[in-house]
Amino acid sequence: MAEAETIHDVIQPAAAHAHAPSVAAHHHGPPTGFIRKYIFSVDHKVIGIQYLLLAMAAVLVGMLLSVLMRMNLTWPGTAWPLLEILFPIGAKGGVMTPEFYLSLVTMHGTMMVFFVLTTAPQGGFGNYFLPIQIGAEDMAFPTLNMLSFWVTFVGFVALIAAAFVEGGGPTGGWTGYPTLSAIGGKLNVPGMGSAQNLWWNGQNLWIISIAIFCVASLLGALNFITTLLNMRTRGMSLMRMPLTCWSWFTTAILALLAFPVLLAAGVLLFLDRTADTSFFVPGGLSDGTRVLTEHNGGSPILWQHLFWFFGHPEVYIAILPGMGVTSHVLSTFARKPVFGYRAMVFAMFAIGLLGFFVWGHHMFLSGMSPYTGMAFSVLTLTIGVPSAIKTFNWIGTLWGGRIRFTTPMLFAIGFVSLFVAGGVTGIVLGQTSLDLSMHDTYFVLGHFHLVMGVAAIFGMFAGTYFWFPKMFGRMMSERLGKIHFWPTFIGVYAIFIPFHIMGIVGMPRRYASFEEYEFLRVLDPVVLFVTIAVIITVAAQFLFWYNFFWSIWKGEPAGDNPWEATTLEWSTSSPPPHDNFGGRVLTVYRGPYEFAVPGAPDDYVMQTTPDAAEENQSPLVQGGSEISGNGHNGHKH
Amino acid sequence: MSTEAHAVDQSTLAADWGGGTFPYHVGHKKLGMWLFIVSDAMTFSALLIGYSYVRASSDEWPAPFHFYPSVVFSTVMTLCLLASSFTMVMAVGASARRDKRAARRWIMLTMLGGLTFLVLHLYEWYHLIHDYGLKPFSLPAEWAREWPNAPPLFGACFFTITGLHMFHVLTGVIYLGWIAFKIRRVRHEDVEVSGLYWHFVDLVWMFVFPLIYLMSVYAE
Repeated sequence: MAEAETIHDVIQPAAAHAHAPSVAAHHHGPPTGFIRKYIFSVDHKVIGIQYLLLAMAAVLVGMLLSVLMRMNLTWPGTAWPLLEILFPIGAKGGVMTPEFYLSLVTMHGTMMVFFVLTTAPQGGFGNYFLPIQIGAEDMAFPTLNMLSFWVTFVGFVALIAAAFVEGGGPTGGWTGYPTLSAIGGKLNVPGMGSAQNLWWNGQNLWIISIAIFCVASLLGALNFITTLLNMRTRGMSLMRMPLTCWSWFTTAILALLAFPVLLAAGVLLFLDRTADTSFFVPGGLSDGTRVLTEHNGGSPILWQHLFWFFGHPEVYIAILPGMGVTSHVLSTFARKPVFGYRAMVFAMFAIGLLGFFVWGHHMFLSGMSPYTGMAFSVLTLTIGVPSAIKTFNWIGTLWGGRIRFTTPMLFAIGFVSLFVAGGVTGIVLGQTSLDLSMHDTYFVLGHFHLVMGVAAIFGMFAGTYFWFPKMFGRMMSERLGKIHFWPTFIGVYAIFIPFHIMGIVGMPRRYASFEEYEFLRVLDPVVLFVTIAVIITVAAQFLFWYNFFWSIWKGEPAGDNPWEATTLEWSTSSPPPHDNFGGRVLTVYRGPYEFAVPGAPDDYVMQTTPDAAEENQSPLVQGGSEISGNGHNGHKH
Repeated sequence: MSTEAHAVDQSTLAADWGGGTFPYHVGHKKLGMWLFIVSDAMTFSALLIGYSYVRASSDEWPAPFHFYPSVVFSTVMTLCLLASSFTMVMAVGASARRDKRAARRWIMLTMLGGLTFLVLHLYEWYHLIHDYGLKPFSLPAEWAREWPNAPPLFGACFFTITGLHMFHVLTGVIYLGWIAFKIRRVRHEDVEVSGLYWHFVDLVWMFVFPLIYLMSVYAE
């Protein structure tokens, strides 16, 4: 051992340019016991599936919560006897209290944003496919990877527990705004704790859950970045990486920089609640008759700044992996290279970078200076440019392609549709003057559900249908998949387009009931319509679950490359062996999307295929530096 | 494959960023530590900006630190950390020369610097809590008289930020202790990585010291 301890061994371990495979030498063999293999596994593939299953559990909970919300909004005051069994206090006699409704809102948002939209696309698919797509045998830190998942799981349990502790679930919303979240307990607001219940109350568990999630995410992020930079196999230059890898990479950078800020904010909020500090609580808070607390000197706006400095990048954390998957799937099934690969990469980075400078657009109504609002507004609208680049490139990718309408392709096209439909209203909300009247209405709900909620979910569906054969060795049913797609696609529009109308009429979000507002009466039929659409759309999702679990055991065997795709995950078996490539070290010869290459025997050329044209020094090979990977070189001649 | 084509291919593969090698010529642990440092710096930035925010938006802020003991103590603490950064540099240097004994000695000196910092800092906390009566949620009565418009946030900011920093120093001492203990079996890079962490913790203090202490020195 001592022999090997020269500096050179450490800093140039690859024996770099020779043929030694040591960048990612796999030191451990496949585990044998059940626990090491499936529970505390350090294999990135198992961890990826664990993340996916966690997200599937979380999305089920979050979805059922939204059904409960719709029930209360549509038929307020109705008794639902089953509900009382689960929540004897929040739904006494089966009737939901307004506070119970608020806890539904909070739990739905938190569950979806953190444990679905952040967990599945990055933790799930990223974990499983990032190492394989760059030709690595595992993540850079396998044990840390396992810890990231289990820490996330603890956060999930803490969040579920928050709904069942004394006082009920947290009622602060997923944004946890003070002063309610900081001193609600002192005023005995349900879910916020009380003088006797300083620790184990809904809001505290919410903060603990989020803080735990932050730690897990930032550890996961540094693992992703290290893996991607250090463990690419021979020939896998950055510009030969699939766009999925670029999206996970960008997302990881965002997560690395955004989550620690939320962690700090969470610590301060926790101290405000338990140590009586006043970071987020101003002095003289009054209900009109008396001063409510002794707190003094803090600012709820400080929380908003810290939260949204995290919160805005977070929405890109949710959507960017979906963009990656969409690009990947569109190219594969249009049988064409991604249009403008380099532009796609730069657009993704531009979106990520700009995402850090626009948090103020969530705070136009916080009393900020109009000049500041203007700056945030202009920066926000600027994001439209890279977003449009991506959209046009997706359309350019489809243009003139020989499109195969498989289920993943349908969902990828659906992603583009939803991203555009939700994105255009971002232009509306990004302007201070319009946001003044739209803020905190259903218009906002319609906007972000389409653009970062449902679009991201469509990205996940596309990913699941696309990669399922690789993960489980069997195909999902295409027929069921298509039956799943149409009600989902039409359903989400039927739900969220009316949201915009409600918002324009003036329906405020987070209200448990609108019975007392005469001017909203006109919306009653729309509210009912949305609820019916929700029930149908939710019901359709069970087709997906059925398809998923049925296909794991009963699906048709997939083979190594059922989609005739080009990237590295398709050059190994389905599912891949423990070390991904069975001891082979792959060499990459080309970009990720070489479809319809003139002169090639098939309509696709795998990244691992040495090109026959190499022999004649064609431009395809001469551009073998980083820039060759855009997939367009095949068309130059 | 012809030799000519092979040569072309090799030029791709031989590039630093062409895959199959470490583009920054650093291993996983070192790259990972750098990324962790970036992330942790964001946490401290958020806290320090939060502190600056509430301080800047207050009418008044206490400036309670007298020359003795607070300023003297915190200066000595700063010197301890600076000195420990120096000894850490020596430790990494010794490790690079593969002089494990010297590396261990320098690491232990570094730990001594960290421990001295911790002891002095805890004494400082004790002094503020016990002698003055500073609490996270209120100012001592004496301070409240002197700075009547100051919010009760001084203690909250002080204990939160220095507390988190102390936690990092403590973690660093334990981490270095583990490296010193395993010095014969760890690679040079492991020593370097622990050094990175240590320097980072010191660097954070170089922001905390002026912002928390020097900006609150009592105007005699």
